[in-house]
Amino acid sequence: MSTAPEPTTATGADTEVPVLAVSRLRASIDGQQVVEDVSFAVPAMGITALLGRNGVGKTSSIKAILGLIRRDGGTVELGGEPIHGLPTHRIVQRGIGYVPEDREVFAGLSVAENLRLAERDDSPRRELVESLFPDLVKRAHQAAGTLSGGQQQMVSLARALLNDNRVLLVDEPTKGLAPKIVSEVAEALAEAATTVPILLVEQNLSVVRRLAAGAIILSDGKVVHTAESAESFLDDEDLVTRHLGVGTEGGRAS
Amino acid sequence: MSTVVLLLVTGLGLGAVYFLVSSGLSLIYGLMGVLNFAHGAFLTLGALIGWQTASLIGAGTWAGFLLSLLIGCLVGALLASLTEFVLIRPLYERHIEQVLVTVGLNLAAIALFEGIWGTDPVYIDGPAWMGMTTDILGAQTPNHLFITILIAVLVLVGMVVFLKKTRYGMIIRAGVENRSMVTALGIDVRRAFTLVFMIGGAAAGLGGVLASHYFGYVSPMLGGSLLIFAFIVTVIGGLGSLPGAAVASLLVGVLQQFTNYYWGFGDFVVIILLAVVLLTRPAGLLGRKAVATA
Repeated sequence: MSTAPEPTTATGADTEVPVLAVSRLRASIDGQQVVEDVSFAVPAMGITALLGRNGVGKTSSIKAILGLIRRDGGTVELGGEPIHGLPTHRIVQRGIGYVPEDREVFAGLSVAENLRLAERDDSPRRELVESLFPDLVKRAHQAAGTLSGGQQQMVSLARALLNDNRVLLVDEPTKGLAPKIVSEVAEALAEAATTVPILLVEQNLSVVRRLAAGAIILSDGKVVHTAESAESFLDDEDLVTRHLGVGTEGGRAS
Repeated sequence: MSTVVLLLVTGLGLGAVYFLVSSGLSLIYGLMGVLNFAHGAFLTLGALIGWQTASLIGAGTWAGFLLSLLIGCLVGALLASLTEFVLIRPLYERHIEQVLVTVGLNLAAIALFEGIWGTDPVYIDGPAWMGMTTDILGAQTPNHLFITILIAVLVLVGMVVFLKKTRYGMIIRAGVENRSMVTALGIDVRRAFTLVFMIGGAAAGLGGVLASHYFGYVSPMLGGSLLIFAFIVTVIGGLGSLPGAAVASLLVGVLQQFTNYYWGFGDFVVIILLAVVLLTRPAGLLGRKAVATA
């Protein structure tokens, strides 16, 4: 176990420059501190899980990295370059793809418009997205608000995958989805992770077990544990119960 | 029958003026969360400069009238863009301060206009045809109403095409739904802010010139009196909804005309309508339940 003010990579690949390094990050919403002192690093490959009970600051940490909520201190580096002083759109333009909790598709816009809006690169990776989510091609002209939750998640993932990003921040992609769809989303994430590192907030521990290489565990707005192997962390019943409030066999963090 | 037709067309004309003011108000609030109290100043300046331009060319000529429309539109767009860039943008995300600065600008603008043009209304003329009437089912309908309605329809169609067919239109539609998610896609939504102010100001400037022909005068107070009803229209239609602004403009304009003619309390009825809509559909006729803020 480590409680580190300085970033440590979850997979232990300390010799490599992490793609995303967060150090002593503090953030607040309406004056209330929601991220107290968060330091971690996301290695340049694979999926790193950001875990913790409900309300410990996982989503807030991701929003603070993106500048979507007020940062009160700390640094964020993308590929070694500081990005914490930049406005959100500039941070994203540096190469961060964001898949928000609750998907946040533009309900009144069509699927095609949602995707077009997300295209930043000169040659967006439409073929990749179409091969991963063929259903979206069929529904290109359908208003995104009329899609099922699973389909909306596909739109949200597709928006992040269209560009050649350096890292993806994916927040609870399986939340509220049927088991079959959860499996499809997990498959898409596994496929995406072959081309881009991902920081994944996920409450479904069987998905974490299946996808994640390393894991970072938050509690009360702070990093309380960094695991080089997500699987070995999930196998440790004592740690899992203490930090996530559930048993080691699948389930969801409380 | 002829009275009903006349009231209907004058109501539609008034609704057209309301739409030209409220469309911009609604888009600005929808995208930025700013209730723009300076919108009346855009309208008034458009009307005053438009009237002066027409006077130079010849108030009774079509060239003067058409040029006054163009100049009114440009002046409204310019003042609105400057307002956004100089006063609103430095207060990004500080909504209360943004609203207060528009209130201050409105007060200062009226004082400035009164200093330049005086406090008395100036009665104006347009081309002779606009002062004549056309017989519709026995109703002698003033011709200027047709032009006002036509231009409002063209502005509505133009705005819809812009919002549906262009990338900036798409950004504005998305931003009205969820501004923070637009920025999280790497888009500088502030450019869209300037654009909606510019479009709203242009429509208001155009509305100012047409309102001065509708009422028959220009005055530094023209914008202030129209702004109150434009706000009501915007709330009834649903803040942020362009179709809502169009429907509510017509509803309020026609209702006001009929009630004024038959019972003489058209303004009161509009307030009652506002109360009924707020009690039964708080988001307005075509509004969304909540407007996302970043």
